[in-house]
Amino acid sequence: MNMGRMKYVDEFRDPELIAKVAREIERTVDPQYDYRIMEVCGGHTHSIYRHGLRDVLPKNIRLVHGPGCPVCVLPMGRVDDGLSVAERPGTVLTAFGDMMRVPGTKGTPLEYKARGCDVRMVYSPLDALRIAQNEPDKHVCFFAIGFETTAPSTALTILRAKALGVRNFSVFCNHVTILPAIRAILDSPDMRIDGFIGPGHVSTITGCRPYEFIAQHYRKPVVISGFEPLDLLQGILMVLRQLRAGEAKVENQYRRIVPWNGNAAAMRALADVFELRPYFEWRGLGFISQSALKIKSAFAEYDSEARFELPGVRVTDPKAAQCGEVLKGVLTPPQCKLFGNACTPEHPIGALMVSSEGACAAYFKYAPHQQAVEA
Amino acid sequence: MCLAIPGQIVEFSAEQPLLAKVDVAGVKRSINIGLLADEPLDIGDWVLIHVGFAMSKVGAQEARDQLTMIAALGEEQQAMDEVRGYTFSP
Repeated sequence: MNMGRMKYVDEFRDPELIAKVAREIERTVDPQYDYRIMEVCGGHTHSIYRHGLRDVLPKNIRLVHGPGCPVCVLPMGRVDDGLSVAERPGTVLTAFGDMMRVPGTKGTPLEYKARGCDVRMVYSPLDALRIAQNEPDKHVCFFAIGFETTAPSTALTILRAKALGVRNFSVFCNHVTILPAIRAILDSPDMRIDGFIGPGHVSTITGCRPYEFIAQHYRKPVVISGFEPLDLLQGILMVLRQLRAGEAKVENQYRRIVPWNGNAAAMRALADVFELRPYFEWRGLGFISQSALKIKSAFAEYDSEARFELPGVRVTDPKAAQCGEVLKGVLTPPQCKLFGNACTPEHPIGALMVSSEGACAAYFKYAPHQQAVEA
Repeated sequence: MCLAIPGQIVEFSAEQPLLAKVDVAGVKRSINIGLLADEPLDIGDWVLIHVGFAMSKVGAQEARDQLTMIAALGEEQQAMDEVRGYTFSP
């Protein structure tokens, strides 16, 4: 452990406590074993790099970055499909800021905007609905992305649109659910993961119970954790303690925010508006069955896919970019040939370089000293 | 992406029962409280806000911790931009 290398540590409450947990981690690990712990959520990935947490962990603990960054797992073909809506005359495409710089085959949403398409950034799906109400002569499409944290908000927005009788509004739904992706990772023969740091804010909606299959069927510990360095280190320690004791259970380190049973009203909103797609493509992970949400036929008039004929083409990622391998944890970001030269946060080629939650963007921004070690 | 911004409820809307006005570090905006339909909500309660919706009710201490966390992640500007950017209810 080298606390001197841990960046930003002074910003935290109780650095002494952090040092204590780090020492406890050292005492708990088996030095002969190489641990692979996956942090599922992109917010965790961001925090890990920002705070240089890998420097405080023993060398034989490898943190594998999971699929929990919504723009990172969205295949380019879906970006193209969404952007095809923006090319229709009289249409406004709205999206969260995270989406605006994600490249499709013919450019990013921002570049489409520069070419004259009506593309607007919104902070809430309700803002998109408001635009539709204010501009009734246009059709307003909301490019919806996100996991269970965000999907209930889209569901309530669709219910609101219907209640208000707004007819010029639709949602291009790319909401995905985290559990089937974790299952796919566990079933993947080339991936060995010893335990999971479960997502924080997703779990405020889903609660902790849905993760139980990971402990029961796959015998892997899951610890739902917060985002501060102390949270993450405690979460890692809890995983290690389970491993040492030969246990596999779901624990909640983020109890101050995550209720064990989640948010039932939000889960009802999801069930009212969405159904599971038979399968959905994830960048890097391929097709995963029942891993994404589709708008139910009762709300078809609010479904961009039912309303418009979208190209629906599958696009392979740029050949040299190895986003898939990085997403699966097979490669670290600097091991990709394009990392830091052709692909940078300023000129991203792959989505992992776009979002601050993407492993490549986080690595590029916060871990230059680590590149030298690992490259 | 999954920002959860703490805000304190300062006002309910008589005309629009799904909306409540919250105070986020001095900025007041209306948010949707439809996802907390099962929870009793009062003026002074703290909620975590995500894309214009209150997604959970938390204690005052937890709300303060959440603010510290957002600062620790360097996302306070992004969080305030988001709250200021909600335009669905003036």
